[in-house]
Amino acid sequence: VTGTPDRYDLVIVGAGAAGLITARAAIGHGARVALVERDVLGGVCLNVGCIPSKTLIRTARLYREMRDAEAFGGRAPTGIAVDFPAVMDRVRAIRARLARREPAERLRTMGIDVYAGHARFASSDSVVVGEVTLRFEAALVATGARPARPPIPGLDEAGYLTYENVFELREHPARLLVIGGGPSGCELAQAFARLGSQVTIVQNEPMFLGHEERDAAQLLSDALARDGVAIHLDTETIGVRREGKDKIADLRRDATAATVAVDQILVGVGHAPNVDDLGLELAGVAFDSTGIAVDDFLRTSNPRIFAAGDVCAGTGFPHIENAAGRIVVANALRSGHERLSAEIIPWCTFTDPEIAHVGMYVRDARRNNVPVKSFTVLMHEVDRAIVDGEEDGFVKLHVREGTAELLGATVVASHAGDLINEISLAMSAGLDLHALSRAHQPYPTQSQAIKMAAHAGVEHLSRGPTLPPAALGALPMDQKSDAIASGMVLARPDVQGDSS
Amino acid sequence: MLDDELIERLQRGAFEYFVEHTNPANGLVADTSRDGAPASIAVVGMGLSVLVVASERGWLAREDAAARALVTLRFFESSPQGPDPAVTGYRGFYYHFLDRVTGQRARQCELSPIDTALLFAGVFTVVAYFSADTVDEKEIRTLGLELYSRVDWDWARNGKATIAQGWMPESGFYHYGWEGYSEASLLYALALASPTHPVPAASYATWSETYQWEHIYGSDLLYAGPLFVHQFSHAWIDFRNIQDAFMREKRSDYFENTRRAIDVQREYARRDPKQCGYSTDCWGLSAGDGPAGETKPAHGRERLFLGYSARGVPFGPDDGTICPTAALASLPFAPTHALSAVRHFLEIHPEWMDTWRLPSGFNRVSAGPDPRGWVSPGFFGLDQGLVVLMIENHRSELLWRLTRGCPAIRTGLQRAGFEGGWL
Repeated sequence: VTGTPDRYDLVIVGAGAAGLITARAAIGHGARVALVERDVLGGVCLNVGCIPSKTLIRTARLYREMRDAEAFGGRAPTGIAVDFPAVMDRVRAIRARLARREPAERLRTMGIDVYAGHARFASSDSVVVGEVTLRFEAALVATGARPARPPIPGLDEAGYLTYENVFELREHPARLLVIGGGPSGCELAQAFARLGSQVTIVQNEPMFLGHEERDAAQLLSDALARDGVAIHLDTETIGVRREGKDKIADLRRDATAATVAVDQILVGVGHAPNVDDLGLELAGVAFDSTGIAVDDFLRTSNPRIFAAGDVCAGTGFPHIENAAGRIVVANALRSGHERLSAEIIPWCTFTDPEIAHVGMYVRDARRNNVPVKSFTVLMHEVDRAIVDGEEDGFVKLHVREGTAELLGATVVASHAGDLINEISLAMSAGLDLHALSRAHQPYPTQSQAIKMAAHAGVEHLSRGPTLPPAALGALPMDQKSDAIASGMVLARPDVQGDSS
Repeated sequence: MLDDELIERLQRGAFEYFVEHTNPANGLVADTSRDGAPASIAVVGMGLSVLVVASERGWLAREDAAARALVTLRFFESSPQGPDPAVTGYRGFYYHFLDRVTGQRARQCELSPIDTALLFAGVFTVVAYFSADTVDEKEIRTLGLELYSRVDWDWARNGKATIAQGWMPESGFYHYGWEGYSEASLLYALALASPTHPVPAASYATWSETYQWEHIYGSDLLYAGPLFVHQFSHAWIDFRNIQDAFMREKRSDYFENTRRAIDVQREYARRDPKQCGYSTDCWGLSAGDGPAGETKPAHGRERLFLGYSARGVPFGPDDGTICPTAALASLPFAPTHALSAVRHFLEIHPEWMDTWRLPSGFNRVSAGPDPRGWVSPGFFGLDQGLVVLMIENHRSELLWRLTRGCPAIRTGLQRAGFEGGWL
């Protein structure tokens, strides 16, 4: 940067996905924008998160498909051997290729002032980077997070991997322990198992992906087991030690103890927000160990400073970069009132099958006394899924009962991350079951599952629910004859006859 | 063979399990027929109810059945309770598995609220049935109510909204409770009705918040995958035409829900997505034994087999193992389908007619010397108990009639918000 303006419209601390998207959006609105990054552009997602892991997953899937060749009428190659260095070379090559798309020079050409260095707030309206002070009308903190470190005795001494350094591995770990059954733990456990590692995964909850629906977690459990992953649910890792070349982990499930010897330990137990040494106190930005507190407008306790992404406490949405960019630009630069809660934000765990969700969960609807019904189509009901040999999974449309209003959806399918987008679009556009049911689709496609579920919902609305005889007692007298006449009541003269 | 004769033989065959595998000294019933198996308190509860059926069917004299029930109740009344690991129970609850001879905790198992509830379902069956003014029958009633009053159901919440799934003397409560519809309906009914240590009504409401009302294969139902979930509480409680808040909202009832769950089971079996040899006469994915440890390529992919596990539809797990007793125990809900399935099983395995007792599981796609596939060796007490009770409900509604008059069951259901029908 050759000249520093007296005051920027927007200073962005952190050039990860949220920072980059917001910077581009702000420039598009004619704002004077500074972007500060102490490391490399692209942040976690590009460098150590989504992109490397999805690259690894793709290769792992290829190996699985080679082994499954006979299921498709093919012949499995003999002597399938994993060339691990080649796998990791591809990860790094793709990461480098994507990084080239957005060099600092290109950003500068767009008019964004890019500063390399560590940013610290010096006051409520200024940031210092090295010797340079940047004054601002508004600022965005998008410094992301780093892997959380679980307090397991001996873990530091034994050494462990996280998503920050696992993609730098050169040597194939023959035995791998994954601590944590969240999205990244499950994704990498399955990928390494498919690449030939003997993987053990330990999760201290009764199911994987604690926030997801039980049926989705059940299918994931089955999938991991099929890939040969040794699963320890409800289990804690209580200590780690080294014995020769081995890393030994002591596990405990209630009163039952177990020991696992591995070559590498991968920790995937969540994130710790990058809030240290940012001078947030001087800027009047409230934060704690869980992150920066923001309101529904992504505003911090300092009304001119916003925060977005993993550095925030409790926003509960991963991958909100696009939404964050739009919200921050609107609210910071145009005195807007865009709310995070108004966004329809889908997310996906990229295991096989993938697990994607958008909108409300059933449990949240019920807790809030919202009558909810799920229209479920199993992937084994879908012609294309059968053809593709990808029958594990389902589409569930969660609907406000008695209406066509979509509350949310969960999709478990080989390509759930793509399928969820149709539902997400419908919800964003305010479309309901009727629209999803009417939309034409090429045949055969896996997204037919969505249309089938919507169609069931629409049919159900037009026909009305079927009632057992007991329900008649709950109906007012004048509705009983209507119910019987309309065929809503099931034939159940006594318990000796079957319902079908 | 006519249906009635077939049903009679199957019920009698299941009853004989309890004759063969009960310790006459303490009434403890083996979890399985396998050597060295401990007793299961849930099976003991079923065994108590089986005594009532046997008395009514004339398989045991009423005095004999009462005497056997008394042995069991006296054992639980006098067995040691406390926080130490080597006792029978704690705070009125009992450990899931007990040594059949000493009655002490076995297999380092958990103190189990759900299995204690199944035990007390049996206790209340004998309390309701043995109503005569004899010394033995009076003692049965006194002991039964005394044991019930000892159970500290509220403690089992561990200060949380819902009841924990277990407690271990070494590590305390399991850190998770019941999620989703399950056999815990019975547990909550008994826990809500306790005269001494009831759980609050809000506990049931919180649990039912985790229910999922789904439209699957054309049926609307409260989802649970394994069939036993839709059966266990129904062995004792007549859920026809009574509704809690959830079922009122959905205009259904739990009995109807089980019928629909059977429809879903049969439709899944018809589709047979994993090509396991199922059909509309070969269904019954439930909790049961399985061919663990075996793997076999199936249609180009490795198939992984489970051991004793809860299998379910339509989301799995499904390793090709059918629990034939689950189909038979569907008799009160879908008699034609249940009998059709059982006749199919007996066609494949006519040797099961030697004992008229169905195994815990069979698997037509697993490897083994028998070309018909794997069959679980021996028998499981839970399966046999459920068969005796469900057949009896189908034949005479005996268990349902008894518990309809049981104050604890009535009160518990009412506190859970049930109304209508016989309530």
